[in-house]
Formats: sequence, structure tokens, C-alpha cells
Amino acid sequence: MSWSLILVQSLNGIQLGIMLFLIAAGLTLIFGIMDFVNLAHGTFYMLGAFVAATFFAYTGSYVVAAVFATIVVAIVGLLLEVSLLRFLYTKSHLQHVLATFGLILVINDVTRLIWGAAPKAFPVPEALSGFVEIMPGVTYPVYRLLILAVGLVVAGLLYVLVSHTRAGMWVRAGASDRDMAAALGINVKRVFSYVFALGAGLAGIAGLMTGPILAVQIGMGEQIIILALVVMVIGGIGSVRGAFLASLFIGLADTFGRVLLPTSLSSMTIFVIMALVLTLRPKGLFSLNV
Amino acid sequence: MSEHNPLPRNVRHKPHHAESVWPILLILALLAVVPVVATMLDDLFLLRFFTRAVIFSIAAVALNIALGYGAMVSLAHGAFMGLGGYTIGVLASADFFSEPLVSVPFAIGGTSDLLVSVPVAVAVSAGFAAIIGLICLRTTGMYFIMITLAFNQMLYFLFVAWERFGGEDGLQILSELRVSDMDPTGRIPFFYICVATLGLVLLFTNRLARSPFGLVLRGISQNETRMTAVGIPVFVYRWVAFTISGALTGLAGAYLAISQMFVSPVDLYWIRSADLVVMAVLGGISVAWGPVVGAFFFLAAELLLSSWSIYWNMLLGSFIILVAIFLPSGLALFSPLRLLRTYRRSSDG
Repeated sequence: MSWSLILVQSLNGIQLGIMLFLIAAGLTLIFGIMDFVNLAHGTFYMLGAFVAATFFAYTGSYVVAAVFATIVVAIVGLLLEVSLLRFLYTKSHLQHVLATFGLILVINDVTRLIWGAAPKAFPVPEALSGFVEIMPGVTYPVYRLLILAVGLVVAGLLYVLVSHTRAGMWVRAGASDRDMAAALGINVKRVFSYVFALGAGLAGIAGLMTGPILAVQIGMGEQIIILALVVMVIGGIGSVRGAFLASLFIGLADTFGRVLLPTSLSSMTIFVIMALVLTLRPKGLFSLNV
Repeated sequence: MSEHNPLPRNVRHKPHHAESVWPILLILALLAVVPVVATMLDDLFLLRFFTRAVIFSIAAVALNIALGYGAMVSLAHGAFMGLGGYTIGVLASADFFSEPLVSVPFAIGGTSDLLVSVPVAVAVSAGFAAIIGLICLRTTGMYFIMITLAFNQMLYFLFVAWERFGGEDGLQILSELRVSDMDPTGRIPFFYICVATLGLVLLFTNRLARSPFGLVLRGISQNETRMTAVGIPVFVYRWVAFTISGALTGLAGAYLAISQMFVSPVDLYWIRSADLVVMAVLGGISVAWGPVVGAFFFLAAELLLSSWSIYWNMLLGSFIILVAIFLPSGLALFSPLRLLRTYRRSSDG
């Protein structure tokens, strides 16, 4: 394995990791604060890609499409929270799993109703479709570098928001002890609605950025949600920092697994890692509520 | 009350003596006339559908030993089912090609005799459940769901990679399966074998729920801390229940392979595990026969709705959401009065 291959694959791995983080961050916050299992979180990722592809086809501007898609997905998330999911928080985990499993079926079919069953075309924007030389003799797609950078920036902003603002303090307080936070006068319900919208928006961003590289199709959410759940569990439920480190780790492990191992065995890599982590640390690496 | 308990409140507190055998006998009596009706209507498809539904009922009832009584939300039961099926398939194909399965240290050949291969299938599933149970049961709640999912997927990808047994294409059972000298794969005899097995599994589960073992298991799922304080080895009870549940699910998997004469990685994909959980919860996890109702409902809805509209998933999904919110004890115990009470209680809290 040459150095240039290692470099390229590392970039690919980190990029996959960042995308996973954008999805897992919302998931882990939602679970951490409301003890709510949302299997349907992957559908926001899918919606992000579909909405952006549509806006891009109409406006021709990738930036406009990205901004609009993020807002639309965040609003869809907010509406779902207020209209349906809010009533599930007091129920058991089993009911969460069942209801959000049903929600996946519904949202997938609504998507099929709106956009049709065929995969949607979402080309990489002309200006970003080139390659750049990152090392003498080694080129890398500009677009992939860009989404890596944007992903890191968004992750950084999320870190600042959660760790260094008042709103972030409410979120962290809610995640570590919901009842105590509520007793201290924080409107946990409202905070949670915003966190849910934020989480949906982040997953939407991941979807609209990944869309042009992979296929924009129904079912793309289910593939990614399993990876995001793995990340959440390894990182420790409720911990954004844990989710970040676990995302990068899983992104790299999965990417290098695919290069070094035969196809189907490499698919096992992340599950073997998760089983090992949970065997040694049954509550993940950075669990908040022990 | 333990914060990690994944089950709905009113299911947890169900008194154990509520288990009656009459619904089980009624279900078996209804199933017994199916071949008669199918023969009268000359409808072989009907019999095929019911065979499949009975087999999935066995699996869902078996899953419920872990899920409903032990409060273990497992996503590994698709793997137990698939493992049972693959055991039948692998033994039969080794017999068909007359290749020894293992030649070192001594040769072990395959077999098409179900009196041998079905018990082996159950033993293999039980062994796998016992091994992963040792690891999985160290975790609780969401972590347990995810680690069982991980093992399910590991096994799935293992069989996808295993070219000798068909890889992604699956494994066709080419030899003629038999029970000693008889051929049990005729449609009607095989259906009755499935129904009889379902009956035994149901009565076993019903008995288990009222036995001292079952009482302890239910006690653990209601309040683990208290049971530990009383001196119950909680881990051992959970582990035994998980293993029994896995073994019986493997039995259902063996039957599925026999009925399809085929087994493929799809039979142990994680979606299969999720389907089993949905079947059990839809039907009702607080009585032994609840999952039977769920399995029949799920498979019938899949069949009927998919032929009616391409958007059938939306209908099924909406229905699942409604059941999850308003009928946490499942369709089996549905009554309008209960629904009203549940609704009142949820609007109070």
C-alpha cells in the first residue's frame, strides 16, 4: 500500500466520518435529552438530498439549493416533532422503535409519491467537478475536499454552539439530567423542539452534500442510519464529543476495511468494532448518564 | 422503576395468572381446518400462505420469550432463524454431493434426514444464542438493541461471503428431505407438522410464563434492582431465556428452509429481525399467543396491501404508528374499552 493511497483513503475515511457525525450528532442529542429512539432520523438525510436536487435543477445554483434544502428539512423535522413525535416521549423504547419504524415506511412512500421511484439526478456542480493535486502525482476531487471542509466547519460551529453558548448549556443540561434541568427553569420541551429541528437540518446537510457522490434514491436513509446508530452507541449515547471521535474512527475503519479486506468481510468491520467496544465498555466510550 | 425498561407500562404490570390456554386451543382448532378449506377451494396458494404464517408465528412466539417476558429487545433473532435454515441447507447439500462436511479429525457427512438435521439446527441456533448472549447481556437498553443488531449483521455478511454455501445467491436444497423413511414435505402433512409445532411452542411458552422460572424472569423485567437484592442471579435467568428463545427461533428457521427448499442471506438480514419484533409487538407481547395474531396480521397486510396499491407501505406504516401509540398491548388484547382507558391515561400524564 503506497503512501499516496493511504493519503487518499484517509481523506475518504475522514469525509465519511464527518458525514456520519452530522447525522449521529442529532441522533445522540435527541436520545440524550428525551430518551427517544428515532429510527426515522435517516429519512432527513434522504430528504436533504432530494430537496436539494430539486432546487438545484430549478435554480442551477448549488449554494441556493443547499441553503433552501437545509431550511426545508429543518422545518419538516420541527413539524414532525410538534405534530407526532412529541406524544411518544412518555412511551417506552419499544413503542419508539415501532412508531418510528412505521414512520420510515410512511416517509419513504411520500417521497416516492413526490419524486417518483427512480433515482434522482444530482450532478456535481460544474465549477467543482475538477481534481486538485494534493501531493506530487496524487489528485483528489475538488468536490470531496469541499464537503470535507464544509463538514468540518459545520461540526466546529456545532461544537461552539453546544459548548460555548447559553442555548448549548441548556442542551447539555437537558442531556445529562432532564428532570433537574426542568426544575432549574429550563423549558426542556421547547429546547428539544429546536434540537430536533437542528438535528434534522444537520442530517439534511449530510444528505445534500453526499447526494452528488452517491445515488439520490429512496432507502438511502436506512443504509446510513445503521452506521449512525453504531457511531452513537460506540461514542456513548448523549455525548457529542463521543459521536465525533467515533464517527472519524468508524469512517476510517470502514474505508480502510474496504481497501484491505474482501468486500463482504469488510462490511463486517464496523460491527466487529462495535461488538468489541460494547464488550469492554457496555455504555460506550464517552457516556454521559452512567 | 428501572429507567432502562424498554416495555410499555401496562404490559410490564400484567399479572401472570392472566394467561389462559383457551385462546391457544382456539387458534389451533382454526388452523386445523385450513387444509380442508384449501382443498375445497382447490387453492394451493392459500395453504402456502398459511404455512408461511404459521412458521413466522413460531418464530415470533419464540422471540417473545426474550422480548415480552424478559424485556430483551433483540435484533438478532433473524440471525437465529437464518442459522436454523442454513443448518438444514448445509447438511442437505453435503448429503446431496456426498462431500464430508468436516474431514479432520474424523469425517462428518451431511444428512437429509430431518430427524437428525432439525435437532442439529436447533442446537446450532441455541449455541449461537448462548455465545452471543454472554456478550450482549452485559449491556442494557439501546446498547443491547444495537449489539444484537451487530451480531445479526456479522452473521449476515459471513454467509454473503461464504461462497461454498452459495454466497449472496443462497443455497438451494437439492436432496429429498425425509423423516426416517417418510416424505414429510407434502403440503398438507407439512402444514400439520408446523401447526403441531406451533401448538407445542405456545403451550410451552404459556407454561413457562407461569413457572417459577417465568415468574422470576418477569420479576426481573419489572424491577431488576429488587430481584438482584433478593439474591436472584439476574444474568443467568436472562441468559437462559435468551438461549431458549434463540433455539426455538432456530426451529422456525429450519421449517422455513424446508418449506422454501431454499435458504439465502436475506433470511438473516436485520430487516427480518425487525419484522419479527414488529409482528410480536403488533400482536401483543403480554400473552403467549399474541405474536401469532401479529404474524398473521403482518403477513396478510403485506400480501393484500401490496396487491392493492404500490403505496401499501404508507398504509402499513401509518397503522403501525397508530398501534404503537394507542395499543401498546397489541391487537390480541384489543377492545374498545381498553383503548379508551389507555387514551385517558396517556392524556392524564
